[in-house]
Amino acid sequence: MKKFLALFLCALLAVGVFSGCHGKVEREGFSVPEKFDTNNTYEITFWAKNDTNVTQVEIYKKAIADFEALYPNIKVKLGLYTDYGRIYNDVITNIATGTTPNVCITYPDHIATYRTGANIVVPLDDLFADEKYGLGGSELRFDGPTQEEIVPKFLGECYQDGAHYAVPYMRSTEACYVNKTFVEKLGYEVPDVLTWEYIWEVSQAATEKNADGTFKVNGQKVLLPFIYKSTDNMMISYLKQADAGYSNSLGQVQLFNDTTRSFLEDVRDYTKQGAFSTFKISGYPANFLNAGQCIFAIDSTAGATWMGSDAPLIDIPDDKLVQFETVVRMIPQVDPQNPQMISQGPSLCVFNKEDPQEVLASWLFAQFMLTNQVQIAYAQTEGYLPVTSKAHESEEYQDYLSRSGENNGLYYSVKLDATKLLLDNIDKTFVTPVFNGSASLRDAAGHLIESVTKSTRRKETVDENYIEGLFVETASLFRLTQIGADAGGKAQLGPLPTGSLVLLCALGAVWIGLGTWFFIDVLRKKRKKS
Amino acid sequence: MKKLIALMLALCMVLSLAACTGTEQTPPANENNDDTKPVATEPATDPAPETDPVEPAMTYAEYDAAEMDAEVVVECYVQATQSWWFNSKVNHGVITVYAQDQDGAYFLYEMACEEEDAAKLVPGTKIRVTGYKGTWAGEIEIMEATFEFVEGADTFIAAPKDVTALLGTEELIKSQNQKVLFKGMTFKSLSYKDDEYDKDIYVTLEKDGAEYSFCVENYLTGPDTDVYKAVAALEAGAVIDIEGFLYWYEGVNTHITAIAVAE
Repeated sequence: MKKFLALFLCALLAVGVFSGCHGKVEREGFSVPEKFDTNNTYEITFWAKNDTNVTQVEIYKKAIADFEALYPNIKVKLGLYTDYGRIYNDVITNIATGTTPNVCITYPDHIATYRTGANIVVPLDDLFADEKYGLGGSELRFDGPTQEEIVPKFLGECYQDGAHYAVPYMRSTEACYVNKTFVEKLGYEVPDVLTWEYIWEVSQAATEKNADGTFKVNGQKVLLPFIYKSTDNMMISYLKQADAGYSNSLGQVQLFNDTTRSFLEDVRDYTKQGAFSTFKISGYPANFLNAGQCIFAIDSTAGATWMGSDAPLIDIPDDKLVQFETVVRMIPQVDPQNPQMISQGPSLCVFNKEDPQEVLASWLFAQFMLTNQVQIAYAQTEGYLPVTSKAHESEEYQDYLSRSGENNGLYYSVKLDATKLLLDNIDKTFVTPVFNGSASLRDAAGHLIESVTKSTRRKETVDENYIEGLFVETASLFRLTQIGADAGGKAQLGPLPTGSLVLLCALGAVWIGLGTWFFIDVLRKKRKKS
Repeated sequence: MKKLIALMLALCMVLSLAACTGTEQTPPANENNDDTKPVATEPATDPAPETDPVEPAMTYAEYDAAEMDAEVVVECYVQATQSWWFNSKVNHGVITVYAQDQDGAYFLYEMACEEEDAAKLVPGTKIRVTGYKGTWAGEIEIMEATFEFVEGADTFIAAPKDVTALLGTEELIKSQNQKVLFKGMTFKSLSYKDDEYDKDIYVTLEKDGAEYSFCVENYLTGPDTDVYKAVAALEAGAVIDIEGFLYWYEGVNTHITAIAVAE
């Protein structure tokens, strides 16, 4: 019985120690079938995101209907989300149960996490190159783009670890929507390229008040001169512009550095003066801008239809709306001679399934989303940019761009200015390295700014010690030390955790105990024999 | 000796298994990612050590007078809750609570709360809440809140306050977050935030020639509830009485909890 017990414990120990505990889902790799099977029916699911915009939903539905008309044996079931986070969360949940969607709107950061399971996401290079069903393939029933016709910079953003795991669907960047009327009232002009110094200076100037407590520039009791929607992007963009660390291609975390400290001190100083706030703390930048309570509103170019007195989408009561002139600029820069801004926007990935024909059907649908008819229609719903030069150069799209300001609907000038901001500056866009955990690092970058802003507003002491403590807390909260370990880089991992130390000591003690016991047992047997 | 070895092996096994748990965290799981606001990182209901002095709770008037971003401590009674969810970004559960006392109301946005405690937050329950007063798009709320149950306390469920006459006046906001009643409202139209996953219904109602926005909040009264079905079935021109919580989003945006045909 004792032997059995010992054996059982040893077996359990071995399982515990050597299993790796990761539980990765394994599936066979995908190979492109010779021919698409048109005799069987394939039902595929497509998880998409819309910006609470019914027109976008209609475009998805029309795209599906058009695709199904071309491929009657493929049925596409649409799942709609209003944010990327929930898609990401649901995909993760469904990977564990083998019930991922077939095609999914996603971000490269998310794909990196999906790929921790083997053969979960299909590498698309073989499909790109397939003569019949690849990009521009001979057997396609639609006029899709060739690989060369997908903007190389955007396609490159979908490249991870030696393969393309997605195709870009739409691209946007961030823009600074400026209340030019107020800027001029404060005695400034709006330069072609904004700098951080400029935006802080004007924001600070705007905080001057009348004797009755109202702000001089707007005559209201509320003014947040500078509001940033995505503080993740705010930190990431500043670090990129300042040529400071954020992360590298090995997945090493470089966020906690002197440039970050210095930038957080700026955030603290201008928050203290009432010059700065964030979406998470105060509300949508567009609503403050349109109410005359904000001068510099930074948000995605894909949010342009909400910006300005004449915006087609307004989310505040009529009596709060203020008339002013809106101009669109790049986000503020460290070096205006070398401007840099983030490239963002949804991509499409294809999930692997047991039946290669189902995967091929999914790929055909994903590819259909890159046709001019889908790309141009969807891009026009917001300040999005189509991802193919085929769409950019088309007569239809050129006509659209040329009609800026004809009305405040389809041709709303702020939306078209935001679109052109990206179109004219594709070469100035950047993305951050993608790896398993890069999504958490992005959250951490925003958390630093949100925390400093909140603490400053709460009149807490935000000094060197506070920032050091914030770095430690952020690294822990977002598990950034694990990211360094996962990446296999040479990141400093810090001292061994106590639990691990105890475990190693216990293992050592067991081996010493076993050895001693074995040695004593041998001696006893020798004595008995002798 | 063998017993000792078996014991040590068992200890190692436990430690080995323990080392493998909980390191792979679920990715960000916001109900509404683009719209998320920060939440507390502390656990929900850790009782304060007995030796700690207990800070006296504010009266509603003191809370009302407190500056924005100030730390606040209030005692109030749960009137309703939105659905509990686990926020993996901060690694604990959260719940949004509509709370009130005899003098005023509180909106406790994504208060830290473990799932088993969420089930105990039934209407009438008295809780002690610590957090920061804040405003988001006009809604005054307590952010990053933690709470504890007030043991042995009384219960209180507010009666809806008729604020119909205050519509369109600056007085209305003084009843913010309270359980309220609007009588004789004419239904104009509705739209859904998202027809698949986020099923909030945005409702436009008219009174004396002016239109007002209301909302059936999916996480408060979802598609399975009677009120959700009743609102979804409304026909233009219907005249109804509405009960709800006086929520604010860039203006009044009451979260509907009940409707009835106006008498």
